[in-house]
Amino acid sequence: MEHKDETANRPVLKAVDIGKEVTSPEGPLTILDKVSLEISLGESVAIVGQSGAGKSTLLALLAGLDEASEGEVWLDGEALSTLDEDGRAARRAGRVGFVFQSFHLIPSLTAVENVMLPLELAGEADAESRADEVLKQVGLSARRRHYPRQLSGGEKQRVAIARAFVTRPRILFADEPTGNLDSRTGATIIDLLFSLNSALGTTLVLVTHDHGLALRCDRVIEIEDGRLVAENVSR
Amino acid sequence: MKGFAAGLKALSREWRAGELYVLMLSVVVGISALSSVALFTSRVAVTVQQQAAEVLAADLVVSSSRPLSAELPRIAEEFALQQARVTSFPSVAFAGEVSTLISVKAVDESYPLRGRLKVADKLFAQGYPVSRVPAVGEAWGEARLLARLGIETGQRIRLGALELTVTQVADYIPDQGFQFVDLAPTLIINLQDLAASELIRPGSRVSHGLLLAGDPNAIKGAGDRFREMESEFLTVRDLENARPEIRNAASRAKRFLGLAALVSAILSAVAVAMAARRYAARQLDTIALMKCMGASQAMVLRQGVAQLLCLALVTGLAGSLVGYGAQELLAWWARDMVQGVLPPPTLAAWLVGPAAALILLTGFALPPLLELRLVAPLRVLRRDLAPPRASRWVVYGLALSAYMLAVFWLVGEPRTLLLVTGINLAAGLVLGLAGWALVLAVGRLRRGMGAAWRYGLANIARRGSESVIQLVGFGLGLMVMLLLTVTRDDLMSQWRATLPEDAPNQFMINIQPAETDLFLATMKSGDIPAPQLSPLVRGRITAINGVKVGDMDFDDRSGQRWVERERNLTWSAALQDGNILVQGSWWDAGPGSAGQVSVEEDFAGDLGLKLGDQVEFDLSGEPVKASVTSLRQVRWDSFRPNFFMVLSPGTVDESLASYITSVHVGPDQRGVILELARNLPGVTVFDVDAILGQVRGVMDKASLAVQYVFLFTLLAGIMVLLAAVQATRDERRYESAMLRTLGASRRTVLLGVLTEFGVLGLLSGLLAAAGASVASYLLATRVFDLEGHWDGSLWLLGMTAGALLVGVSGLLATRSVVTQPPVITLRGDAG
Repeated sequence: MEHKDETANRPVLKAVDIGKEVTSPEGPLTILDKVSLEISLGESVAIVGQSGAGKSTLLALLAGLDEASEGEVWLDGEALSTLDEDGRAARRAGRVGFVFQSFHLIPSLTAVENVMLPLELAGEADAESRADEVLKQVGLSARRRHYPRQLSGGEKQRVAIARAFVTRPRILFADEPTGNLDSRTGATIIDLLFSLNSALGTTLVLVTHDHGLALRCDRVIEIEDGRLVAENVSR
Repeated sequence: MKGFAAGLKALSREWRAGELYVLMLSVVVGISALSSVALFTSRVAVTVQQQAAEVLAADLVVSSSRPLSAELPRIAEEFALQQARVTSFPSVAFAGEVSTLISVKAVDESYPLRGRLKVADKLFAQGYPVSRVPAVGEAWGEARLLARLGIETGQRIRLGALELTVTQVADYIPDQGFQFVDLAPTLIINLQDLAASELIRPGSRVSHGLLLAGDPNAIKGAGDRFREMESEFLTVRDLENARPEIRNAASRAKRFLGLAALVSAILSAVAVAMAARRYAARQLDTIALMKCMGASQAMVLRQGVAQLLCLALVTGLAGSLVGYGAQELLAWWARDMVQGVLPPPTLAAWLVGPAAALILLTGFALPPLLELRLVAPLRVLRRDLAPPRASRWVVYGLALSAYMLAVFWLVGEPRTLLLVTGINLAAGLVLGLAGWALVLAVGRLRRGMGAAWRYGLANIARRGSESVIQLVGFGLGLMVMLLLTVTRDDLMSQWRATLPEDAPNQFMINIQPAETDLFLATMKSGDIPAPQLSPLVRGRITAINGVKVGDMDFDDRSGQRWVERERNLTWSAALQDGNILVQGSWWDAGPGSAGQVSVEEDFAGDLGLKLGDQVEFDLSGEPVKASVTSLRQVRWDSFRPNFFMVLSPGTVDESLASYITSVHVGPDQRGVILELARNLPGVTVFDVDAILGQVRGVMDKASLAVQYVFLFTLLAGIMVLLAAVQATRDERRYESAMLRTLGASRRTVLLGVLTEFGVLGLLSGLLAAAGASVASYLLATRVFDLEGHWDGSLWLLGMTAGALLVGVSGLLATRSVVTQPPVITLRGDAG
């Protein structure tokens, strides 16, 4: 029993004093300053803040899409600063899923091919049948052969969610997933996201400036001017 | 392997989604242009070569003043060459009591190996080609032989111990040529009759010839072997040292065809480079996303390489097939002009398509694909992140060199290749610089203009480097198209002008000083304008700078040969037509100019002569000295009397000379030749119509090939424009939707697009005209040995064509983007 608890509480994502500085015409600019946090397996965490506060930068650093100027990020127990870009990509393969504000579907691939892509990249067999299964879960079986340009915004985001969950990732990063959708479609998408999240036990890291959406997460982290200013347990 | 398979899968998906059309179309059009040119020109080049080979009646001739050793035909067999035997010697033919000096040509059944004999059934009847030689006991004589003997066909003549029936008039003998001293008309007999004539005895002046023809490589190999055996008795002749008129024409033809091939090659490279850039740009988001999902750089690279190889294979094959079909069509279309069936293309020409596809895609599409490997996965969150640039100069430099090498393999003309490549690189650089200047200038210009103009000009300025790249692409495309349309016509007509309809077709020699008045009067009676008579003396060089030529060593074997034989010399007060002074100065006419000689450039090179050298001659026993005061270039294909050495007036005793001239005798003026034979029987007339026809044939074929090939080049040029316009299509889609959302009318947006492309086209056209003018001038003067001149219409045409072509194609390509309801675009943007 003790052992099980330990596993549940082990941080799947841990950041210590991470910062990001970029050079601008006016000199060095600090986008993120000494942010530390821990996220446990299965937990859902919202990162909130105003536009330009540094939310997306934090998400990029946590997912290993970018390198921190200082501090360290551990993804699934591995320090990302010790890895090069290929090493970080290998850590993400099959373990990390993404949902983006602007969907990022590949225009030359059909819906089912978009969902198959992460499985194919991980070299997994029966990609098509698994992709079909997840498309069915998001209610888009009838649209499997459609290209992104033939889908509505909500449908695109559902394909993106199917693509994110098809590898059954341990962590899912979502960057403003409802930002490009009307409120009703947005709500449907969020329901879908949370239901898949709880069904598969995925850790969810969600960037949003929608407080209502943030409150559906286990914990809310607030960023202002690149600093972590508040951390609340929402439920 | 995983990346490889994934690459092929991705490629097939992209094909299905229509992402690959522009890139593949650019490559296929480029390759079809290039391979149709390569295949067609290889076929035409073979016929041009064969036509040129007619002057030898073979590809290679070994002749000896002694009976041919058995080793010579054995070597020919070793190289699997066709063989024919010809024995020539001077003799006398009799018809009753009348006799005349003749040149006997005894040939075997295989003669001639190149070209065909033409015969006429009677004197002055129409000649027709035949594929046989005189049968045993028969003879074919030239018209002037029959005229001198006063016989018609069907009558008998005596040759040594032989009685022969003259069955045909020899109208055209391929390897007849003409030598000013070899005055006697030719009689062709069968080689089997030779022994019975009993004319060949020890000490007879006989030339035993072995004619050879076959595969070019075998000819080269055999030629090298025979040249090792060359001696004072044995000489080897191939096209390189055959008739200069034909050689010049054939090599110019080759240069024209090479130029056409090169231009299509450059156009395809530009089109592929532009299409590949767009293709790679469209892949940025996909690659970033794949990296997000765990794809490594190596995998992205493998995927890119797999796609490239597959594309190269497919486009190379498709392009070659389309190219083959197209040139077959050309060959069928042009069947009348090429007079008969073209030989099949060479193997090398077949390889051009696939090889060029691989080189094109590797050289011009690999660099952007290599960059894709470096795309940051962060691009999924920040779309402005572009991949770091690989060193383009190095990569493109390598690509260009590899490409040029491949084209050189095809064209084989280093001067044309270097010149055209140099011009293109220089033009690219100038276009690039001018492009930046324009981008800066239009940024200022747009103030105080209407919305459409402002939008169009602002687009050029804002796209900065993209506009410059488009400008370079448009400019290069337009430049080579101008070069090929205007310059092609210009160069071709200039070349044809060197041989006008009334080019001299009869050489008349052995006109004695006392006969000149009667000669000119005879010409006048036949309505032939008084020709210029050039004096002709035969002489031998005895010493150079006081050293006897017998004691000199010449680096060049031809130098040795020059001094061993008598040469034709002339004197002249003025520099002759078609001669260009390259060193020294021409003498002032008048007393005191005696003792000078002007030498032809190459001849001077063979003998090691330079300005100031003292040359001693023996002119029929009379010693003459002259110092070299000038070197000349001679246009050997001018069909006028040309001389290696021209003496200043007063150097030679004029009574030693006879006169030579060339005139044009039209078909209805032929009577003058008979009149001449009656009035001045000592004058010999050489009909060079056949050689003239051969040169014209070469010109026609080259010109035809260039004309048709131009169609493909034009297509490749249009692909460049299309690829350049397509490059900004995606960005434009979003912008025009935004503008329309903000209230701009469709008309305003379309006008803006028209302004942008029109201005880009106008400027590209201007720069292209400048480039094409310089290029055509350099090509005319440096490559084709023609006169260069500046053509004002090129500028007007360049600018108009640029503005119209680029403006309209830009408008057409983006029209659907602009006219589509903005909501579709804005919704579709979030892919």
